[in-house]
Amino acid sequence: MTAILGQIAQIFLVVALAPLITGWVRLVKSRLNGRIGASPFQPYRDFYRLLQKEAVVAHSASWVFRAAPYVTFAAVWLAACIIPTFTTNMVLAPAADLIALVALLGVARFWTALAGMDVGTSFGGLGASREMMIASLAEPAMLMVSFSLSLITGTTSPAQIIAFVLGGGVGIEVSLGLALAALIMVAIAENGRIPIDNPATHLELTMVHEAMVLEYSGRHLALMEGAGMVRLTLFMALISGIFAPWGMAQPGAGALGVALGLGAFLAKCFILATALGFFETVIAKMRVFRYADFLGGALLLGLLATIFIYVSEAV
Amino acid sequence: MLIASALSALLALAVFGVLAGGEMWRHRVVYLGCAIASLVLLAGGLKHLGQTPGTGPAIVLPIGLPWMAAHFRLDNLSALFMVIVNLGTTAASVFGIGYCDHVPEPRRVTPFFPLFLFGMNAVLISDDAFMFLVSWEFMSLASWLLVLSDHRNEESRSAAFVYLMMATFGTFCLLTCFGLMAGAEGGYSFPAMRLHGMDGLTSFLVVLLALLGAGSKAGLVPLHAWLPLAHPAAPSHVSALMSGVMTKVALYGLIRILFDLHGHVAWGWGAVLMGIGGVTAVLGVLYAILQDDLKKLLAYSTVENIGVVVIGLGLAIAFKDSGEKALAALALVAGLYHIINHSIFKTLLFLSAGAVITATGERSLNKLGGLLNRMPWTGAATLVGALAISALPPLNGFVSEWLIFQSLFKGPSLPHWAMKFGVPVVGAMLALAAALAASCFVRAYGIAFLGRPRSQAAAEAHTLPFSMRWSMAVLAALCIILGAVPVTVTDAVSHVVQPLTGVSFAVSADLGWPWLSPVSSTRGSYSGTVLVMTGLSLFVICIVLVHGFGTTRVRRADAWDCGHRENIVNAQYSGESFAQPLRRVFCSSLFGVKETVTMPDPGDMAPAKLEVRVIDRIWVFLYLGIGRVVGFVADRVNRMQFLTVRRYLLMMFATLVFMLLVVAVRQQK
Repeated sequence: MTAILGQIAQIFLVVALAPLITGWVRLVKSRLNGRIGASPFQPYRDFYRLLQKEAVVAHSASWVFRAAPYVTFAAVWLAACIIPTFTTNMVLAPAADLIALVALLGVARFWTALAGMDVGTSFGGLGASREMMIASLAEPAMLMVSFSLSLITGTTSPAQIIAFVLGGGVGIEVSLGLALAALIMVAIAENGRIPIDNPATHLELTMVHEAMVLEYSGRHLALMEGAGMVRLTLFMALISGIFAPWGMAQPGAGALGVALGLGAFLAKCFILATALGFFETVIAKMRVFRYADFLGGALLLGLLATIFIYVSEAV
Repeated sequence: MLIASALSALLALAVFGVLAGGEMWRHRVVYLGCAIASLVLLAGGLKHLGQTPGTGPAIVLPIGLPWMAAHFRLDNLSALFMVIVNLGTTAASVFGIGYCDHVPEPRRVTPFFPLFLFGMNAVLISDDAFMFLVSWEFMSLASWLLVLSDHRNEESRSAAFVYLMMATFGTFCLLTCFGLMAGAEGGYSFPAMRLHGMDGLTSFLVVLLALLGAGSKAGLVPLHAWLPLAHPAAPSHVSALMSGVMTKVALYGLIRILFDLHGHVAWGWGAVLMGIGGVTAVLGVLYAILQDDLKKLLAYSTVENIGVVVIGLGLAIAFKDSGEKALAALALVAGLYHIINHSIFKTLLFLSAGAVITATGERSLNKLGGLLNRMPWTGAATLVGALAISALPPLNGFVSEWLIFQSLFKGPSLPHWAMKFGVPVVGAMLALAAALAASCFVRAYGIAFLGRPRSQAAAEAHTLPFSMRWSMAVLAALCIILGAVPVTVTDAVSHVVQPLTGVSFAVSADLGWPWLSPVSSTRGSYSGTVLVMTGLSLFVICIVLVHGFGTTRVRRADAWDCGHRENIVNAQYSGESFAQPLRRVFCSSLFGVKETVTMPDPGDMAPAKLEVRVIDRIWVFLYLGIGRVVGFVADRVNRMQFLTVRRYLLMMFATLVFMLLVVAVRQQK
């Protein structure tokens, strides 16, 4: 019963919290740029405004264009339901593991890319083409991270990995460090953050994600942007959950444990969001064809993380 | 009995097909008959698969070689492949009922179509080497005739020639392989071969020859060169069978020899298979991304998927040889699951390519576009196929990839150091192939079915006959069903795996029916059923919330495109431009891709030109190399035709002496 309650709370928590995290990142960035910046609650107001507007759909668009925002948002949301945030006691936790998580994000990406191509404008195709190039390196890197985590912890399920780490089964290992580095690089690419993509630009030759959703407006745009925010929250939960799971409620924890877990999750998110804002301010965006070096590096780090497990065993 | 009558019905249909002449209704009758016969065979396979594990009764017919009767038997492995083959053939035959009008020369297709089906089914039930090879040749030659059906096209003729060469080479390897397994006494029936022991060298040669023989039919790199030439050259419903089904019969041959007849393949071969599989998967999908021809793209994607299956088979061999029987069963189930899935979605995608060609007359991606609005049925079914082949949940392609990854993740538990380091590398290749497959099908679907029409033909695409649409709809439904109930499929396949690996595959019991948890419940699990239900509920919640809080108004307008009002259709992304980032990142050294831009002089109104040149290094170095060597040797041997009688007699005498010496030396031993 608590597993069901925990799951339902998780489902609505990720969606409710996601705009706040994005708002906080924006606030940190504007303060660092010397601007006052909007309130961190501005994304909620933006959503309300977008939902009230009518959706404009191009004449040449098919039903894929109109379905894609819903499918994308639902897929990312479903993926976010499976990553433990404040408790590992969730009824849906066994339904998908890290491999399925990668694939669920792949579903969202597939539909967004199709939507970008649906209207038949050059910007949409440009975004879709680049997004798929990035994904074709980021996805394997993420799978290699899962591979090394599964070798260290003996499982691919996020909830079980966290339980294993909390149980003290993992010491400090080279492989874990490499896996963390690879995972952060993948997270940057998957969320379209600097140096891979700039979420704040339009009409630059370098844009990727914004180019795909250029034709969206009204509620469709709200869903596409919401999916991006939930995805950011998901990766924060994943990184903090696996590499710093402390404070997370375990099965059998009382109300106090759950409250502690929630508090710990909020604290971790705000630390990560602040760090992201800081990082994005100090770094410059990369050229498109440099992505391959960056993400190829992530893939190689993931592979090394797997292989180092045996090297450290043998030494 | 039912199976025998269905097979004889196929032979009779071939005769009727010859007599059909120009009357279209007779062609339709042949396809309808094929569909019914396939359905009967499908039912026969399913019925056997539903029974408890065990070998079926042997049937011995007094045909074939004078001293040896023909043996047939339907065991679990044959029954599974009978189901796989006849799912595809049923769909293709139903598609053919509507499609046969649109084939360039139906009289060259209809008679051979039932023969092709007969050949594939006969391979599966053969229980001796002779019948196996005869059926195998039947299948190869019938499909060769079908490739040649458009014989006025120069490209088809050369494709058919390459195909014939490769098929001959494959059969030659298999013939030798069976000869070695039968031993000196010539026990050509499969039960005799199972009992026959082998020494080290023979065992090595048997595996090598099986890999060359069956691998060339399945399209393993570097023996894949014929596949993307021959598969697209045939009419689309035949391409669907060649790619979706015939490659599976080749894999059946490989599994039959490596897991059943030979039985004790060393783990090193497992490593070789995994390496070949990984390379095949990555190269196959990279080739596919570079293609402009829709059917060639699909054929290369077949190469990729065969690679994925072979990774699973190689892993199963390594686990089996190391005594990890439960993991061997897992890897083999993963491979077989992928075989089932690929046969369904590849048949679907080739049929939809046929539908596109029928509706527009074009198979080049750059002449298509916007077809989803003109052909909603085909478009929707193709979208399901594209999602499934990109291994996206909750469809079937994802389940088998998930199983292969799960078994790969256990690979480092093998005792060999080569495997500990090799398995992660193969894992990375598989992950790369899976991600590239998604790019490949976003490209194919996005260019062909979305966007605006790139040619007049695409803008005027017409709808299709009932039978063509329904065969695609049923296959698309199967993609969804096999993804949503994975445990039901693995339970059915576990009967097949049991005799091959020694243990049966069972999902961990403590989670129950819809949860697929192959090793233990804490090891990682997946549930398509739960994921579909939850995903659908979230989708509905999403719609309700958005429409509840906001407005539901929609306005149709021109595309915004950042304010660019020019309405040039060619400004859309084309196949080449979509592939450009991937081509630069992955293919520049691998395929020697060269891009040259020719700009006109200032003031000149001529268009700028971008030329892309791709070199297939395997074709250039391996095939053309071999071709040159064969040509050189043939030239030399040619001189022997013009010798004097005296010299011929001398050569005969020398040969005779040599043979006698060989006999004498052997007797000395």
